[in-house]
Amino acid sequence: MTGWLDALIEGVLLGGLYALFAAGLSLIFGVMRLVNLAHGDLIVLAAFVILVVADRLGLNPFVAVVIAFPILFAIGFALQHVLLNRTLGPDLLPPLLVTFGLSIIIQNGLLQLFSADSQRLRSGAIETASIPLGAGIAVGVVPLLTLLSAIAVIVVLNLIFYRTLIGRAFRATSDDLEVAQLMGIDHRRIFATAMGLAFVVAAIAALYLGLRANFDPTIGPARLLYAFEAVIIGGLGSFWGTLAGGIILGLAQTIGARIDPEWQILSGHLAFLAVLVIRPRGLFPRALD
Amino acid sequence: MPLLETRNLTAFYGDFQALYGIDMMLDKGETVAIIGANGAGKSTFLKAVAGLIHSAADSVLVDGAPIGAKPAAEIVKLGIALVPEGRRLFPSLTVEENLRIGAYGRKMQGPWTLDRVFTVFPVLKERRSSATPTLSGGQQQMAAIGRALMSNPRVLLCDEISLGLAPIIIADVYAVLPQIKAEGTSVVLVEQDIVQAMRVADRVYCFQEGRLSLTGRPRELTREQIHRAYFGS
Repeated sequence: MTGWLDALIEGVLLGGLYALFAAGLSLIFGVMRLVNLAHGDLIVLAAFVILVVADRLGLNPFVAVVIAFPILFAIGFALQHVLLNRTLGPDLLPPLLVTFGLSIIIQNGLLQLFSADSQRLRSGAIETASIPLGAGIAVGVVPLLTLLSAIAVIVVLNLIFYRTLIGRAFRATSDDLEVAQLMGIDHRRIFATAMGLAFVVAAIAALYLGLRANFDPTIGPARLLYAFEAVIIGGLGSFWGTLAGGIILGLAQTIGARIDPEWQILSGHLAFLAVLVIRPRGLFPRALD
Repeated sequence: MPLLETRNLTAFYGDFQALYGIDMMLDKGETVAIIGANGAGKSTFLKAVAGLIHSAADSVLVDGAPIGAKPAAEIVKLGIALVPEGRRLFPSLTVEENLRIGAYGRKMQGPWTLDRVFTVFPVLKERRSSATPTLSGGQQQMAAIGRALMSNPRVLLCDEISLGLAPIIIADVYAVLPQIKAEGTSVVLVEQDIVQAMRVADRVYCFQEGRLSLTGRPRELTREQIHRAYFGS
């Protein structure tokens, strides 16, 4: 019994990580209908940026990530402005091909710079700290922080989207690109800002990716897959749906692993398939898409 | 110097030429109607002026300055606002948010504020928190006009604002035009409803297959002239 309860708690906490992977993807798709195939690699890139900042300045990763925020926002903004904006149009294929190419470039670039060695973000005692909940169950501090950060990210993204001027412009641009321009909205700038924001979210995801496990330049595509599944399970265009999608994916994996450790990854994919079959538009799709 | 002028304006959709050398002038405070059959190029003309369709730099002028090559997002800041065909409100924004985003890039000082729009269209104030798809067609049209007014335009381009509305609702929508004109705003109306257009316009332009076929003051034009310009002879 304790084992099952443990698996449930672990699954929800793991879901927080997947929701963080997915939030940036959800944001980008929501604003500009761009499926960013390089998203997983961008998270890995962000992890390396945090690693370099932490190493060079001798900082704790939690501090390093804050310094990495503006760097990654600028990279994201520039990437969208210089490259990805040119690929957007009525045809969906060019952005897919370009982000796929970007994924390969980032992986190989990181391999060249950092080699294939496994890396890890070190933050001292907090890595192994846990909070006992009684009855032999304890939750790790880092997994708990992951979930809390995911919730915070979703809350902040919702506040930005529904309570600020730029958020209103995000939604208007997403609704009707042409009419948004008639309102004086420079859509290229809006897209670049959204990508910058997605990079900041990716940095938060990267922090926990690097704290919880080893990473190397090649693990991006698998993170993309989890992120993609979380977004689809939750329903396109809903941030809370993305969080729910991440948690469902995490739960499916830990429950699967509890039955048989070999089933962990497979049961996550099966849960994704099951949702697709039952609710093809996801669990919480935005009404008008 | 006219407020808005087009000189030899041409427009293309890919290889298809939709407009052939349109010359038009609009003075401050003037209301001009553009009439013509389906496919005559009326909407294309408005889109070209608003910057949604590419045109040559010197083919559209505001206060004599060429603006033809500017993107739509900059043209609205020069005081040219378009009420697009079919209203096209933002469905994920509330009525009030739709109006507020009309002022997003506002550079022009002027009389139009949220309160003023609510005074002109009281029903929008009642429905300010509603999702726009729940509005009636007339209310949606009012919101679309209000949204364009929020940029404090010097020229309001209206594309088929009576389309799909009941006659009594059309009268409601058109009742706001005198108030817009009273603020010194010039209006360009694209209409299929000729009677409605002739009633409010100071001058009329008729398009036929992308070309200007007739222009004049409504009172000076005969039925036969309009018929010929509209349908061809």
